[in-house]
Amino acid sequence: MNVPADLKYTSDHEWVRRDGPDVVAVGITDHAQAALGDLVYVELPEVGRRVQAKEACAVVESVKAASDVYAPVPGEVVARNDELSGRPEMVNEDPYGAWLFKLRIDDESVLANLLSPGTYAKDLENAA
Amino acid sequence: MPRPTPLNAAHRAFGARMVDFGGWDMPLHYGSQIDEHHAVRREAGMFDVSHMRVVDVRGAQAREFLRYAIANNVDKLRDPGKALYSCLLDRDGGVLDDLIVYYLRDDFYRVVVNAATADKDVAWLRQLAAARAPGLDIEERTDLAMLAVQGPQARAKAWEAFPEVHAATQSLKPFNGVMLTCAEREWFVARTGYTGEDGFELMVPADEAQRVWSALSAIGVRPCGLGARDTLRLEAGLNLYGQDMDERVSPLESGLAWTVDLTADRDFVGRDAVLKTKPLRQLAGLLLLDAGGVLRAHQRVETTAGDGEITSGTFAPTLGKSIALARLPESVPVGDIVHVVVRDKRLAARVVKPPFARNGRALVS
Repeated sequence: MNVPADLKYTSDHEWVRRDGPDVVAVGITDHAQAALGDLVYVELPEVGRRVQAKEACAVVESVKAASDVYAPVPGEVVARNDELSGRPEMVNEDPYGAWLFKLRIDDESVLANLLSPGTYAKDLENAA
Repeated sequence: MPRPTPLNAAHRAFGARMVDFGGWDMPLHYGSQIDEHHAVRREAGMFDVSHMRVVDVRGAQAREFLRYAIANNVDKLRDPGKALYSCLLDRDGGVLDDLIVYYLRDDFYRVVVNAATADKDVAWLRQLAAARAPGLDIEERTDLAMLAVQGPQARAKAWEAFPEVHAATQSLKPFNGVMLTCAEREWFVARTGYTGEDGFELMVPADEAQRVWSALSAIGVRPCGLGARDTLRLEAGLNLYGQDMDERVSPLESGLAWTVDLTADRDFVGRDAVLKTKPLRQLAGLLLLDAGGVLRAHQRVETTAGDGEITSGTFAPTLGKSIALARLPESVPVGDIVHVVVRDKRLAARVVKPPFARNGRALVS
């Protein structure tokens, strides 16, 4: 299972990438997209919305099932990837390129709570 | 532990994501259920359906017994090979299963029932036969595997792989089957399916299954899993037992009135109950109009005549939209706009007459 080394992760199978000094991009991992199967619908949060950590703020829906996506850290939604509404399958094709939304974070310390690639990969192995 | 079919190793070798389906270890998909769906509508795909149960009913009283046991009328089967889709009802008129029966000879009918209900069905048939036709032989053919090859190219591919099948089925009509010999073994090939496309269902000795699968795969027939099977059958407007109907509902409220033959003077199990039933609900098709999600089983449907409920829903790849079957008040007409509660939203959908897609094309938009 693909777990890029330059990202951080959550136990709910989201990945987090730094996108500037105070912005992070968020998506779902390869494990998550494989478990869901072909995505057919993506619902993204409104720009301007403030979210708490672990707050459900997006939905990814495959032919099989719908799944909530949770904010990995607290922050304000500053961008959403509207390209996905026409082509939700991009998340399956390129899970680490197809970001869902971006958050402006208040300070860096919140990132310390996220999982390192090694820890996430090990959690996947243990769960398998 | 779910049971393997004779093709378990082949599924795993091909990278299947496996699931427990009614106690069977089955392939959900082999990478993309949407691609598999398109392969069936555009070319040819194949499904391992060995989890279904083939039941041979043999004896002098076979025909008379089946006239009584099932809701559709086997007297319609005049020519050997012809098949019939029917419900199996209980005495209260509830649906025990849906099935296909093939007329082979006056003393030999082949019945194919669903996997999850097979044990129940066979026990029920044997119970009925003990009273009505004690000499009848009801045999579960667990020595057989079944593969469904479906799509516009399906028959051509089957013929290319198996010339002996070609010779015997060149002029086999839709909804007919024939017993034949292939490589000195007995096969049954039926021009039936569950996808809305043309094709064959091949019932072969279990020890032949791998060879048949490999031969078809080698000439480009795509393995397809249960995920594609469900989107294909729903687009084709075909019911799924356990979701669209079960023992608690009447065939008249399940879109299956056409399978219950009341025209002949024929006593059959459930007849009296059906005659007494005035259906208050119908099984209708829904096409989702608003963006906001996917129609799914158990979602509430709000209509001008009262609430209903979706029984089966999915995203339909051939349409590029979400569709459903829903049990609605009887009076809601085709064309009405209804609202489905999806998460925290009310999404508009249009009532349509199934099928939604067949023979490679969308039929509704």
